[in-house]
Amino acid sequence: MTELTKLTMAEARDGLKAKEFTSVELTQAHVEAIESARALNCFVTETAERALEQAKQSDERLQSGQAGPMEGLPVAIKDLFCTEGVQTTASSHILEGFVPQYESTVSANLWRDGAVMLGKTNLDEFAMGSSNETSFFGNVVNPYRRPGDETPLVPGGSSGGSSAAVAARLALGATGTDTGGSIRQPASFTGIVGIKPTYGRCSRWGIVAFASSLDQAGPMTRTVRDAAIMLGSMAGFDPKDSTCVDRPVPNYEASLTGDVRGLKIGVPKEYRLDGMPGEIEALWQKGINWLKAAGAEIVDVSLPHTKYALPAYYIVAPAEASSNLARYDGVKYGLREEGTDIADMYEKTRAAGFGAEVQRRVMIGTYVLSAGYYDAYYLKAQKVRSLIAGDFKKVFETVDAILTPTAPSAAFGAGEKSDDPLSMYLNDVFTVTGNLAGLPGISVPAGVDGQGLPLGLQVVGKPFDEEMVLKIADVIESAADPIAAPQEWWKA
Amino acid sequence: MSEATKSNLLQGVTGDWEVVVGMEIHAQVQSKAKLFSGASTEFGAEPNANVSLVDAAMPGMLPVINAYCVEQAVRTGLGLKAQINLRSIFDRKNYFYPDLPQGYQISQFKDPIVGEGEVIVDMPDGTSFTVGIERLHLEQDAGKSIHDLHPSKSYVDLNRSGIALMEIVSKPDIRSSEQAAAYLRKVRAIVRYLGTCDGNMEQGSMRADVNVSVRRPGDPLGTRCEMKNINSMRFVQQAIDYEAMRQIEIIEAGGTINQETRLFDSRNGETRTMRSKEEAHDYRYFPDPDLLPLEFDQAWVDEIASGLPELPDDKKARFIADMGLSPYDASVLVSDKSRAEFFEAVAEGRDAKLAANWVTGEFFGALNKNGTAIEDSPISAAQLGALVDLISDDTISGKIAKQVFEIMFETGEEPAKIVEDKGLKQVTDTGAIEAAVDEIIAANPDKVAEYKEKPKMFGWFVGQVMKVTQGKANPKAVNDILKAKLDG
Repeated sequence: MTELTKLTMAEARDGLKAKEFTSVELTQAHVEAIESARALNCFVTETAERALEQAKQSDERLQSGQAGPMEGLPVAIKDLFCTEGVQTTASSHILEGFVPQYESTVSANLWRDGAVMLGKTNLDEFAMGSSNETSFFGNVVNPYRRPGDETPLVPGGSSGGSSAAVAARLALGATGTDTGGSIRQPASFTGIVGIKPTYGRCSRWGIVAFASSLDQAGPMTRTVRDAAIMLGSMAGFDPKDSTCVDRPVPNYEASLTGDVRGLKIGVPKEYRLDGMPGEIEALWQKGINWLKAAGAEIVDVSLPHTKYALPAYYIVAPAEASSNLARYDGVKYGLREEGTDIADMYEKTRAAGFGAEVQRRVMIGTYVLSAGYYDAYYLKAQKVRSLIAGDFKKVFETVDAILTPTAPSAAFGAGEKSDDPLSMYLNDVFTVTGNLAGLPGISVPAGVDGQGLPLGLQVVGKPFDEEMVLKIADVIESAADPIAAPQEWWKA
Repeated sequence: MSEATKSNLLQGVTGDWEVVVGMEIHAQVQSKAKLFSGASTEFGAEPNANVSLVDAAMPGMLPVINAYCVEQAVRTGLGLKAQINLRSIFDRKNYFYPDLPQGYQISQFKDPIVGEGEVIVDMPDGTSFTVGIERLHLEQDAGKSIHDLHPSKSYVDLNRSGIALMEIVSKPDIRSSEQAAAYLRKVRAIVRYLGTCDGNMEQGSMRADVNVSVRRPGDPLGTRCEMKNINSMRFVQQAIDYEAMRQIEIIEAGGTINQETRLFDSRNGETRTMRSKEEAHDYRYFPDPDLLPLEFDQAWVDEIASGLPELPDDKKARFIADMGLSPYDASVLVSDKSRAEFFEAVAEGRDAKLAANWVTGEFFGALNKNGTAIEDSPISAAQLGALVDLISDDTISGKIAKQVFEIMFETGEEPAKIVEDKGLKQVTDTGAIEAAVDEIIAANPDKVAEYKEKPKMFGWFVGQVMKVTQGKANPKAVNDILKAKLDG
């Protein structure tokens, strides 16, 4: 039965339709895989019973010909999505034990289309991190290791539980959220596909907010086709989210034509960072060559304000977070530490409930919004944001998409960067621009580094042109050598 | 802005002082649902009964603007003759308090929905002055903390949390506590006319923050103190009077005023320090990223404008120009929407001046005397109109009408029935009046002789005829017949 976990989502879907196996069998295989992979710490909450119950119902619908587009396919949900009746923690002590009475729109869309929930995946606390080392529920471990080296590597973050689970074949796909790169960077670190759609493509309703103007949900899967299938279910208009855009959801799978002839692909010179590892540079060049060979035209472009993106991001995101996290105050739900008066209760609760990285960002955010600093920091960062969006707008007048590396390195060892926030923040250098400009971006596995660790390339597209991004990523995926599945060392 | 008139000045030990007042009125938007959630706004529900997931700030919840509240704000802006901003922005005002579940209030800071406007305020002495409106913005109300139900715990009721408020900010154009109360009354009249706020201060649907400073006439503005959340006209006046004198005394004693937020204690009519400028919150305002800028077009505003009801100032002008009322009567009648509506129903198709006399005189007098609200009046506008008709068609005299009115107010009976039952119909039969006149002349030869010397005696004869006819004789007929007989 373990062979069932090796299937892609598309293969599993077709197998279920052809009645080669049942959803219960498929789900059971994944439940067992999850049980055997607890060493990876991918899940905060496993929901095996619920999964098998959902699978049973899916089988009935498959039998009666009422199958939805994701009928019977077991997926994992990042523990930032509120799930009705299932604990939702954002990997924070302050929300430990919190059970929502409502279902996030994105997860509800998946259940509507027949998907099966395996559990809630671990993440950096409140999605703040690039290595999944800030979770109250412990580090997630990357299923990939350096050869002959048992040092645990990070799975990227913040959607590290999701990325590791999908890479380790514990789920056919998983939801992620991406505020500065939290889908794409972990996808790159674990050799899988992750797409951050255009801001407004997926509803944010019911997703624990980190930075509202940047947060966007997206799928994490093992193939581009799977990402297309899953995004089709997750996306769509939601009147409950004022920033969600009312436009039809195309058939994303249909965009995977393999034909990129005549397309213009921009390569931005500002993304050639000093000190970037040679193998990243080489991989980028490979990507360029593949697309050229497939008939696309490569165009050198300039995004002049790129170097200001990371500082602007680390002002805007903490500013919004400091306000979004004010509701976790010990009054209504979640953790409460008793105090001598209300202020003391607030301080004790938030000191005990939030980890160091969350506290750091809340303090930065509070500072940059303070009277006397607002103009110098927050307002200036918003101006930078407009300039960055303007850069992209101008470039997209001449190109159809942009190709860049996803992250400046492969997965690093646990603890290697956790004492140095600045070097940790650099992980987002290629991805934050997409969030600041609200553009769709995908990370697709394209090769490995010298130690065999996965590396991804990023394709960024015009607003709401997820189809273009998927089409180009699909061509890269086909051209690249497939990345071998991780050795299942955790089963030992 | 009103000039410093002598009557408004306050007497200090060292000379005259002028008080300068600006107000922020918080008016609850009349709407069934809250500003950003579908929860009910009904007053008086069980604690925490009207609370949605959004109002309770559950994780992942998002606000969605209630378009009707926006329409109400635009309507109010138009009523304040103010600039309507086609693009405005919602900001977050961040502070921690248990009755503020989000940890921030969604408000409008830099770009409010309504800009500058003005309100003309009539004073009881017949003068009027203009108060500039700085802005009107939409914001969420907070919940209610209840501290007296448990010795060591506080309770929180979130029913109010998220209800839409309009904050109407005036310029510092008010120069006395009486003017402040009159301004508040006028704004309340306007929103009631518009149906955008019920103006019910006891239920908290309207309350005011009052900024007070004092200065020597002609000097620049002094340092102000703000008194928060005052919920009655009387308290507004008391708070200003107390605060102005407190400030004058400090300055005259050589002290300076500290800018601070003060609390008005209605039990002793005093104000006391709540927090100083140094302790003021840093609210860290920034645009709410969960909401797009609020945008609409001029055509929509025009459509709302075309549907506005007649407002007090226009109504007053019409009462004076078309109905011939005095400015005083007109302003008394329009000061309250229900009063104006009552009057117009009485005046419909009748002598407007006569109707106005009856409404402002007997009718308002009786309501005031009995402490009855116009909504609970025992006499309907139609009934009062019927009474006016009986006077106009000479069925009864004005004097008899007052008797009939009293009975109507007590019993709620129709005036015609009262006149019939009590036999109060005016005698217009000249024969009957002549007989009465003849009888009186015959019985009082001395008075007739006296009349020849002193024509003023005529009134005595009128009185006698009225007495004999129990007041029912038509006064004009009595005059005519008496004159003919006595002079003839």
